[in-house]
Amino acid sequence: MPPGDSLNFVTAARVTIVAGKGGVGKTTVTAVLARAAADRGLRVAVVELDGKPTLDRLLPGIEVLHLDAAQALADYLDERGLAPITRRLRSSGVIDVVASASPGIDDLVVLGKVKQLERSGRYDAIVVDGPAAGHAITFLTSPAGLRAAARGGPIASQADDVMAMLADPARSQVVLVTLPEATPVNEVIETAYALEDRVGVNLGPVVVNAIDDGPLLDATAAAEGSALRAAAEFRNSRRQLHAAECERLADALALPQVHLPLVPGAHLDDEAVRHLVATALAARP
Amino acid sequence: MSALSLDALLGDARVVVCCGSGGVGKTTTAAALGLEAARRGRRAVVITIDPAKRLADALGVPGGLGNEPIRLTVDTHAGDTDAASGELWAMMLDTASTFDGLVRGQAASPDQAERILANGFYRNIASSLSGTQEYMAAERLHALHHDDRFDMVIVDTPPSRNALDFLDAPSTLSRFLEHPVFKLMMLPARRGLKVLNIASQPLLRSIGKVVGGDVLADAIAFFQAFAGMETGFRQRADDVQALLRSPSTRFVLIASPRDDTIDEARYFAARLSASALPVTAVIVNRCTPLFGAPFTERPADSLTGALHDNLAELHGTARREREQAAELLADVATHATAGTVFVPTLPGDVHDLGGLEAVRLALCADSPDRSAQ
Repeated sequence: MPPGDSLNFVTAARVTIVAGKGGVGKTTVTAVLARAAADRGLRVAVVELDGKPTLDRLLPGIEVLHLDAAQALADYLDERGLAPITRRLRSSGVIDVVASASPGIDDLVVLGKVKQLERSGRYDAIVVDGPAAGHAITFLTSPAGLRAAARGGPIASQADDVMAMLADPARSQVVLVTLPEATPVNEVIETAYALEDRVGVNLGPVVVNAIDDGPLLDATAAAEGSALRAAAEFRNSRRQLHAAECERLADALALPQVHLPLVPGAHLDDEAVRHLVATALAARP
Repeated sequence: MSALSLDALLGDARVVVCCGSGGVGKTTTAAALGLEAARRGRRAVVITIDPAKRLADALGVPGGLGNEPIRLTVDTHAGDTDAASGELWAMMLDTASTFDGLVRGQAASPDQAERILANGFYRNIASSLSGTQEYMAAERLHALHHDDRFDMVIVDTPPSRNALDFLDAPSTLSRFLEHPVFKLMMLPARRGLKVLNIASQPLLRSIGKVVGGDVLADAIAFFQAFAGMETGFRQRADDVQALLRSPSTRFVLIASPRDDTIDEARYFAARLSASALPVTAVIVNRCTPLFGAPFTERPADSLTGALHDNLAELHGTARREREQAAELLADVATHATAGTVFVPTLPGDVHDLGGLEAVRLALCADSPDRSAQ
């Protein structure tokens, strides 16, 4: 399949939730998937939860919605006739206490907002840059947890609606992101199993970010101790490590992989995102 | 410019706080600084908050790390006979049991402690209230600082934007305790009213409608049981503040040469600056190594030509990374008295003590006080 086609999976569900530990490039992958969806003529919205402006900069021309968990919870309380108290709750940080009295309620209301967008009919593809600090599992298990605790009322029905969305492969999929290194690969394997066991979400391909996948160099062609030799050996050891980790991931998880090449240098911009869309490679385990 | 003065960073330090976003090698750096401190004859303990337990792997601790510090068998000499014999200890923060310990320590009676520990609302707060992990990290830092076994505490902060929330006075918890809703909930304890009467207050009834009546009853019972302990908690928060402001406390910013991690480092720097706390050192991990400048002419044969291209590419990337990171961090680095260091990516992962030693050497490589020896 031509490189660009490896991202066709973004059309498989209306909502794509991008999840992974901090530092693996979740935001980069969100931008790549959103751009790929827009290139396919879809009406795209990106949902961001950290309050950072990065995605607006990476995705000119694509709508980026900034959702804030505390705000979403306040809106939720407002809609249930509790407007008079929410301002007081917010100003004092006590909204955190409501959230902790019912763990996961803030995650649930955020997912509830995503579900509203999905139901609005305004978008064909909604790409969610999942929560930071790696709590993808608690984020996605919140509806099931709250559903079990709440016997009826608004929380229970909200949880039912969100769980229905997460269970339907046409409506939502979860894309896990990792790096081709030992610790991130271990973590993504654990996360994938936990999500399948506990949430029953639909896992899309695993995106392996920042892969250096060029051919191995013949380091021995340069003199021992030379900079040429040292640089070639360094490059080879990185490439071998990356290939070995992708293989280990394929052995452990029977999910398709999409490989994004390493973009050397620090700066990610619109152009780099488009370059990644064009060079993403599908790799089947 | 890249030079880190380990003397300035570790010399008379009693507390070292490492801040940075996830995935920048913060835990590994904290452990490598601990190893260096031990080689300098210090008795250092590293507090990590690492759910992946990879520090335990890196340190060769078979059963993993727990909430109590354990001493690691490390060769502090590593072939260098000049190195002093210190100690390296490590522990992994268990937020809930640290909170339990704090409650036991502050409670007026074992009975009060047990009532709180058994409360459902308390259990939720102890495990999932945002900010609790940061608060308990500070609590543990305070306890270890006063533990005679150690003369240096190195803290690996949680990988979240809120990592420095414990800098805020009053702390999250004190803020709750000040709030009118909680004053209202505490009323029964003071006036002998029943939980039910309080739960029927209009404001609390509204909250109860959303979170559920049982949850609310638990919350009220928690705050009643908590009565009398606020002062102790507030005092503890003040003590932690004072420790963080001590001149022997150092703050280290850790980033990698990527926009997002540098943004986070700048965010942490601003956060520290707002609390009038200085950044002592800046560490940029995972940089492309510098192997030297390539030849000016590309060799004609394809074999060495490819090697030349590789060196040129790595060299260009390495230079660009350092320039961009240095530029973005310039305002922060100017005030960092121990300097800035660019630590190159190691060829493999750090998963044993040998790897940790390699990181320590990389930190030392650019150290003026080492090279002068």
